[in-house]
Amino acid sequence: MSDNRREFIAAIDQGTTSSRCIVFDRDGRIVSVGQKEHEQIFPEPGRVEHDAAEIWANVQEVVAEALDKADITRENVRALGITNQRETTLLWEKATGRPVHNAIVWQDTRTDALCRELGRNVGQDRFRRETGLPLASYFAGPKIRWLLDNVEGLRERAEAGEILFGTMDSWVIWNLTGGTDGGVHVTDVTNASRTLLMNLHTLDWDPRICESIGVPMAMLPEIRSSSEIYGEARGVLEGVPVASALGDQQAALFGQTCFSPGEAKSTYGTGTFLLLNTGSQVVNSYNGLLTTVGYRIGDQDPVYALEGSIAVTGALVQWMRDQMGLINSAAEIETLASSVEDNGGAYFVPAFSGLFAPYWRSDARGVIAGLTRYVTKAHIARAVLEATAWQTREIVDAMEKDSGVELTALKVDGGMTSNNLLMQCISDVLDAPVVRPMVAETTCLGAAYAAGLAVGFWPDTDALRANWRRAAEWTPRMEADVREREYENWLKAVERTMGWIEEEK
Amino acid sequence: MARTIQSLERAAAVLRLLAGGERRLGLSDIASALGLAKGTAHGLLRTLQQEGFVEQDPVSGKYQLGAELLRLGNSYLDVHELRARALVWTDDLARSSGESVYLGVLHQQGVLIVHHVFRPDDSRQVLEVGAMQPLHSTALGKVLAAYDPVARSQAMDVERRALTARTVTDPKAFEEVLELTRARGWGSDVEETWEGVASIAAPIHDHRRMPVGAVAVTGAVERLCADGAIQPRLVAAVRDCARAVSRDLGAGRF
Repeated sequence: MSDNRREFIAAIDQGTTSSRCIVFDRDGRIVSVGQKEHEQIFPEPGRVEHDAAEIWANVQEVVAEALDKADITRENVRALGITNQRETTLLWEKATGRPVHNAIVWQDTRTDALCRELGRNVGQDRFRRETGLPLASYFAGPKIRWLLDNVEGLRERAEAGEILFGTMDSWVIWNLTGGTDGGVHVTDVTNASRTLLMNLHTLDWDPRICESIGVPMAMLPEIRSSSEIYGEARGVLEGVPVASALGDQQAALFGQTCFSPGEAKSTYGTGTFLLLNTGSQVVNSYNGLLTTVGYRIGDQDPVYALEGSIAVTGALVQWMRDQMGLINSAAEIETLASSVEDNGGAYFVPAFSGLFAPYWRSDARGVIAGLTRYVTKAHIARAVLEATAWQTREIVDAMEKDSGVELTALKVDGGMTSNNLLMQCISDVLDAPVVRPMVAETTCLGAAYAAGLAVGFWPDTDALRANWRRAAEWTPRMEADVREREYENWLKAVERTMGWIEEEK
Repeated sequence: MARTIQSLERAAAVLRLLAGGERRLGLSDIASALGLAKGTAHGLLRTLQQEGFVEQDPVSGKYQLGAELLRLGNSYLDVHELRARALVWTDDLARSSGESVYLGVLHQQGVLIVHHVFRPDDSRQVLEVGAMQPLHSTALGKVLAAYDPVARSQAMDVERRALTARTVTDPKAFEEVLELTRARGWGSDVEETWEGVASIAAPIHDHRRMPVGAVAVTGAVERLCADGAIQPRLVAAVRDCARAVSRDLGAGRF
């Protein structure tokens, strides 16, 4: 039984491992979820690809699944929002809609050498002032260049306007709105800010940088805001406005309703992404963070953000389980760590592939420091959790240094938020409250919110804030002198990771 | 000497025989090794197979020890695992009921709170993870005692102190409360632990349908009750949540 008076917003999350569609009601509560994983293609070490045709088929499937589970039709859906894995790069034929190559996934490192070459004598900060990003293999621009260089005849066709570029938001929106039959070729400011091709100040493609990287501007999508009607959907959702697009981390910032400068969210998964709202200010980072667009609602001023990522957080717990065999499940790390009062003097710096923000030392490797006869596996478990907490502290410190904004509270989401000891530990080392919201799916929720705003389903961001509910809050319990001493010890341990890998001779 | 049960002795002999090395045995090998009729041996094996203690190779038809035996010695469910599995469902329960949600397990003759979701009204609340609640008076405790024999014997043994005028302390009356809880599948506490506070709880089962914990909503008695009775809407929400968590832990539908 479907009821035409019931109204919902649907959000598509085109992620790295799966595509999902979640239907939300007006209170921001989850009504139904459709989900399907897609294949991870590893053609050779360091290369990761996705089949974009498979992804589009899955997206259609999960939308139908979510509507079906909610027992609603397109008439009950007021708008559709998109959030996506960032930076993953696809080129396709405008005339046929056929991808010319698999999508190159953000983790793929094939453009490492190209990025060094593009840095020339300036180095990886060559485009940082304009784009907020270092020249690194994650970002889309160099991936486009690689495809143009390596797929036969592609450059000529791109220059002739026969080939379209897009991150996964563009691909999904183009197909949703009709594909070869009038599909719109757009991207949003947050996704465009991860290409290395957009100027953060003008929010437009930078012709000089496009030229330097070697990307013909004819193939680039139009940059639009994160919250506006791009077009109407065809197919299952015939006529439903496609009304938002946000990169996944920015969507989480939006879903956590971090709408004021100084508000920050941290998503704890395999790795961790921390974003701080810096308002209308483009804050240049001198401490190894990224400057990015947080979101832009319609023709309002853009809201910028600083982003810091930690490569190894949940991955360290997995390592304790899979490589060390000290625990049977990820959740058991808390049981083991809780069996002792403190770390017993041990510190674990998981610089498995070097140190990232704020150090950026590729010559570093992981260490466990401070070992004595006294230390047990339980102390190591505790050190594992503390490593995530201290790394969060380092990012937060760098953000405060760059922005001059002091963090008042940290909103958290992601799988690791079920770890009570870890959340307490983060609050202790930050000396700030850590807050978990009631809806764990903040990424999809952010896309739904932005779409709902665009069609007037919600009147303004205040209405969204009113939907936000605190599920748990951890407040600092650590004495200041203990915190200082522990931080010093952590920093000493970090120092011991550096210089392990010697320069290649 | 007390009477022993012959079929159990025979079942034990079958398990010992199969544990005797890395081997699979056919029905006639087992029957002749134990001096049993084939039909008797087959009955034993089928029963053991149903319980998961024995597995039959689909190709050769031979028998070996089952995975369930390994789990017997390692049956404890990590409470942090329980919290991780329950997170989404308990959030949803807090939102739909508008009340705070607790997840409790049996611990040292009381209820240990392993997860707590705030009441969704933006008021200042303190996380109560790690706190202990009494076994005999709370909805969580009564549900644990009703379903888990260990909890039941502890609840019968402890001093059931009258915390309010409504606390049930008499052993016979308490047994009746447990029976009622089992019969209807949920437990309640209306001002039996704290004045002005009511609570509704339902059991969480693991993949073997063992009771591993309980989930409860707790709030002001005037919100949880209407006309002196627990609101059926809230009972249904709590039971739905408990079932969803149980399903995530691998318990079948029941």
